[in-house]
Amino acid sequence: MDIALEAALKIAVILFIVLTFLAYLVLFERKILGWIQLRVGPNRVGPWGLLQPLADLLKFIAKEDVTPDTPNRVLFALAPALALVPPLMALAVIPFGSTIELFGRKIALQITDINVGLLYVFALGSLEVYGIILAGWSSNSKYSLLGGLRSAAQMISYELALTLSVAGVLIQAGTLSLSEIVHVQSGYYFGIIPRWHVFWYQPLGFIIFFIAAVAETNRVPFDLPEAESELVAGYHTEYSSIKFAMFFVGEYAAMFVVSALATTLFLGGWTGPGAERVPLLGVLYFSLKTGFFLFVYIWLRGTLPRFRYDQLMQFGWKVLVPMAFANIFISSALALWR
Amino acid sequence: MEQLFFVIFAGIALIGAVNLLLRRNPLYAALSLLTTMAALTGLYIMLKAYFIAVIQVIIYAGAIVVLFLFVIMLFNIRAVERQTDRRGYLKWLALPFAIILIGQFLYIVRLFEENPTPVGTEIGFTEAVGRKLFTAYLLPFELTSVLILAAIIGAVVLAQKE
Repeated sequence: MDIALEAALKIAVILFIVLTFLAYLVLFERKILGWIQLRVGPNRVGPWGLLQPLADLLKFIAKEDVTPDTPNRVLFALAPALALVPPLMALAVIPFGSTIELFGRKIALQITDINVGLLYVFALGSLEVYGIILAGWSSNSKYSLLGGLRSAAQMISYELALTLSVAGVLIQAGTLSLSEIVHVQSGYYFGIIPRWHVFWYQPLGFIIFFIAAVAETNRVPFDLPEAESELVAGYHTEYSSIKFAMFFVGEYAAMFVVSALATTLFLGGWTGPGAERVPLLGVLYFSLKTGFFLFVYIWLRGTLPRFRYDQLMQFGWKVLVPMAFANIFISSALALWR
Repeated sequence: MEQLFFVIFAGIALIGAVNLLLRRNPLYAALSLLTTMAALTGLYIMLKAYFIAVIQVIIYAGAIVVLFLFVIMLFNIRAVERQTDRRGYLKWLALPFAIILIGQFLYIVRLFEENPTPVGTEIGFTEAVGRKLFTAYLLPFELTSVLILAAIIGAVVLAQKE
C-alpha cells in the first residue's frame, strides 16, 4: 500500500506542476511571439500579464459549449480526451531527477521506471492520432474531416522517422529504460565534453528526432492540420469551450513530453555538474534543457512560414526516413567497431 | 485483486469482440477492435509481459486500426455499408467452422490446464523476446520479413498502375 500511496502522491505532484507550467508556457509563448513581432504581448491581467493563464482558463470554462449536428455525440466528446490523456500518461516514465530523501525514504524523481519506458512513450504517441481522427470525423464538417485526415497522415509519416531516429540511441545505450539511458550519459569525454548522445555518435539522430518531433506535435512549420487559410482550424474547427481547451492543453502537453524525451535521450536528462550530490540541481538542469527545447518551438513559430502539403510529405518520406536509416546503419557499424 | 482486474479486462475484450461482429457501421467495428486490443494489453501487463503489451499497442492500435479508420473515412461509409454481402451459402459454412473453432478452443484450454502460463518470468521482456527471435525463430522471422517486402512491392506496383 505504501508504494501505491507514494506513486499516487508523485502522480498528483507531477501533474500539478506540469499543468501549471503548461499554462504559463502559453503566456511565455505569447510574450515571446510579441517580442519577435516588436509588440509587448499580454500585459493587462496582473503584473507583467502573470494572471493571464487564469483569465484564459476562466474564459474557456465560461464559454458556451456548442455541439454540432454530429453523427455520434459520445465520440465527439471523447475525442478531446483522447488527445489530452496520452501525453499526460507519458509523464509517468520521464525521469525528472535522481533520488531525493524525504521523511527518511528514498524517493526516485520518476513516477515509475518500467524497462520498456521508451517504447511506452511511443505507444502513447501512436494513440494520439485517434483524438484527431475521431474529432475530424465526428464534427460532421468538411474542414474538420480534411484537417483530421491530413493530420493523421502527417503524424503517421513522421512517427516513422521519429521512431527510427531513436534506434541509434538504443543501439548505443543498450536499454529501453529511460533512467538507464540517462545514467549511460553521465560523465565526460576528455574531462570537459559531457557524454551526451548529441555530442558523440548521435548528432544526426538528434536532428532527425527534433524535426520529426515538431511535425509530430503539429507545430509550425508543420502545422498543416490547422492551416487557417485553407482549413479554418482543421480538426478542432467545431470545438468550443472546455473541449477546445482540452485539445489546446493536449498539444502543449505533447510538446512538453517530446522536449523532455529529447532532453532524456540526447542531452543527458538531469545529469550535470553536482547533480549526483544535490538532487534538486538535477531537476534544475532537466528543466533548463527541456525549457530550451520549448523555447526553440516558440522561436520556430515566430520565424518560419508553413510547408506546403506535398513538400511536407516529400520531406518526411524522402529526406528524414532515409537519413534515419543511414543513422541506424552508422550507429550499428560504430557499435561493432568499438 | 488480480482476479478482479482479469475479469475487468477480459470482460472489456469480450464485449469489444462481440460488438465488433454486431456493428453494421465499419467505423464502430474498427473502434470495437481497438477496445479489444486495449483490453488485451491490460492482460499482457498482468502477465508482466511488458514488451509484448507495448508492442501490441504500437502495432495494432497505432498502425493497423489507424489504417482501417483511414480507409473507412476515405471511402464513403454509407456505400460500404450497403454493399454488405448476404450470400446464402455462407450460413451453411458457419456451423462446421464454429464446431472446429470450439474444438480448437477446448484443446487449448486443456493444454493450458496441464501447463499454465508462467507468471513473473522474463518471457515477455525485451531481451528474452529478442534472443528467441534471433536464435530459435530466426528462419520464420526472416521469412516473414521477405513476405512483408513482397507485400510492399505489390502495393507499389498496384499504386503505379492507376
